[in-house]
Amino acid sequence: MSETLLCAQGVSIERGYRRLLADVSFTVQGGQLVQLAGANGVGKTSLLRALAGLGRFGVTGDINRPEALLYLGHLPSTKPTLTPLENLRWHPSGRVAKGDAAIIAALAAVALTGSEETPIHYLSAGQQRRVALARLWLSDEPLWLLDEPFTAIDALGAALLEARFVEHVDQGGAVIFTSHQPNRFGERLRVLELGQYAA
Amino acid sequence: MWQIIHKMGSPPWFYRFAERVLRWALPLVLILLVVGAVWGMLFAPPDFRQGNSYRIIFIHVPASVVALAGYYVMAFAGAVSLIWKIKMADTAMRAVAPVGAALTFIGLVTGAVWGKPTWGTWWIWDARITSMLILFFLYVGVMALFEAYENKAAAAKACAVLSLVGTVNIPIIYKSVDWWYSLHQPASISFSGSTAIDTSMLYPLLLMIVAFYGLFACCVMLNMRAELLDTHRGANWLQREILERN
Amino acid sequence: MQPDLFQFLWDQTCRQLRVGVSKPSEVLNPLLFFVMVVTLFPIGLGPNPEQLAILAPGILWVVALLSNLTVSGRLFAADFEDGSLEQLVLAEHPLALTGLSQVIAHWLLSGVTLTLVSPLFALMLNLPAQAIPVLMMSLLLGSFSLSLVGGIGAALTVGIQRGGLLLSVLIIPLYVPVLVFGVSAVSEAAGGGDPARWLALLGAFAAGGVVLAPLAIAAGLRISLDS
Repeated sequence: MSETLLCAQGVSIERGYRRLLADVSFTVQGGQLVQLAGANGVGKTSLLRALAGLGRFGVTGDINRPEALLYLGHLPSTKPTLTPLENLRWHPSGRVAKGDAAIIAALAAVALTGSEETPIHYLSAGQQRRVALARLWLSDEPLWLLDEPFTAIDALGAALLEARFVEHVDQGGAVIFTSHQPNRFGERLRVLELGQYAA
Repeated sequence: MWQIIHKMGSPPWFYRFAERVLRWALPLVLILLVVGAVWGMLFAPPDFRQGNSYRIIFIHVPASVVALAGYYVMAFAGAVSLIWKIKMADTAMRAVAPVGAALTFIGLVTGAVWGKPTWGTWWIWDARITSMLILFFLYVGVMALFEAYENKAAAAKACAVLSLVGTVNIPIIYKSVDWWYSLHQPASISFSGSTAIDTSMLYPLLLMIVAFYGLFACCVMLNMRAELLDTHRGANWLQREILERN
Repeated sequence: MQPDLFQFLWDQTCRQLRVGVSKPSEVLNPLLFFVMVVTLFPIGLGPNPEQLAILAPGILWVVALLSNLTVSGRLFAADFEDGSLEQLVLAEHPLALTGLSQVIAHWLLSGVTLTLVSPLFALMLNLPAQAIPVLMMSLLLGSFSLSLVGGIGAALTVGIQRGGLLLSVLIIPLYVPVLVFGVSAVSEAAGGGDPARWLALLGAFAAGGVVLAPLAIAAGLRISLDS
């Protein structure tokens, strides 16, 4: 059940001549829910990107990650002139090919039923954010790396998201997300304070 | 072989190595330059068609030859940097660009100066000069790209890719400019008859080419050392090095 | 190449085309640019038809090149800004294929459309009629090469703020062979000669480019996203 999905060893991150994080080591197993916490500028996003395999300049140390993972950053990676349906049909990572039925179901899960065919620049910022997050309902990847998933989203949306996290983790997946919001998951959540690694 | 490459990749080793080499190489290159220049300017016979004005080839040709070779050196360093991820190769690549651009510029200016008595005009869109101008643009592009990146490690990688692309393109550019020129101009104006050069002119020219290669190598090494001083300031080995010196 | 890579190339190209078509102004603006700059030449050089006929191949090609330059800078910009590029880098498919699909889509929307309107402007510049098919052929092949080369520059500069002018500095020198081959083909045809060898050279350049440029584009995108 609890296979190791991610293993980071001695990861240090430098930006310019400034060292952000020094010697971060941890492993994440299936079934775990991990929050990267810490003040602004402590390097949460940088670490998350490094875990995903992005922003490799200035990153040292070993990171073992699965081939298939889902990374959702600050940026929505959606096209404003396309409809939610089209946006989700062509997942930019090339891993597409869920049928339209699954996409409609995913949009329903984020309470966007009725907006499937509206170009998303007509939607509100929060709704656009939900389109991006709908990918979580379409994902088979065991490991999710999510940057600030709870921003720009209302209470209902946050509740839906929490439920989806728990569901994913119960199925043996793992979620690593950044947030400086208080714990929403009680005992299930493992909080990784990045302040202690600051150099 | 592998060990030598590995050693070359170590900044402290290179810093000391460059110092030892430059100590004798720099005077030697200067002597070669003076001898070559005096030989070419004073002792080589005048050309029967161009009189004394041809003597600028003792600067123009070596500068142009080494400028082109310099681009390949830069691209080679870039390839080493991309494939083996050796940081010194980044430093070398970065050090070559301004030297190569300066040599290209010298080639262009001397070409223009030569053009005045020969063709009666400062600039002519001759195939070689045009190619030279494009080479200059290629060098400028690499330097501009380096400056534009904030992350210098990324800048070096980007410049490596660009210089490799340029390397693939240079032969095509040179050839296409040649064809373009022959299409528009009968070849009569071209003075590129290097086949007919007399040995009394050839030897000083060869000496100057060798001297320019040496000059290029010395300038690159000096530049690399300056680069190391900048990027490794505060590093322990560098402080020891400087303390020992004083 | 495995069939699913073809499928991926096809899917990505379709996606890019769909995105491109959803913003018609980005397709039309380069054409309008081409039209307007071509119009400047008779105004600047004088309306003498014989003179224009001599200069037409050069004018049309230089303006086509500039028009390509103006759009090349945006090749990866939108995907970079909205985060799609990050996802593409993380994808299991080769980044080189992604880059190639973007270039193909870009070429279909810019180079090919420009080729289609070029006869009109060739006539306005008094280019001899027998040279028009050659002009179209040369633009079709040449603009693909331009897009490939432009793609390399765009990939290397996509992470740089206001990289537009820098892009020109990087890639104009690399455009030179295409310009020479293209203009020579059209001039040759206008003068009654045989343009076949120039068109062959354009084809060769495009063939070499389609193999090598995607590798450079992939390397450039990777660097841009890693910095």
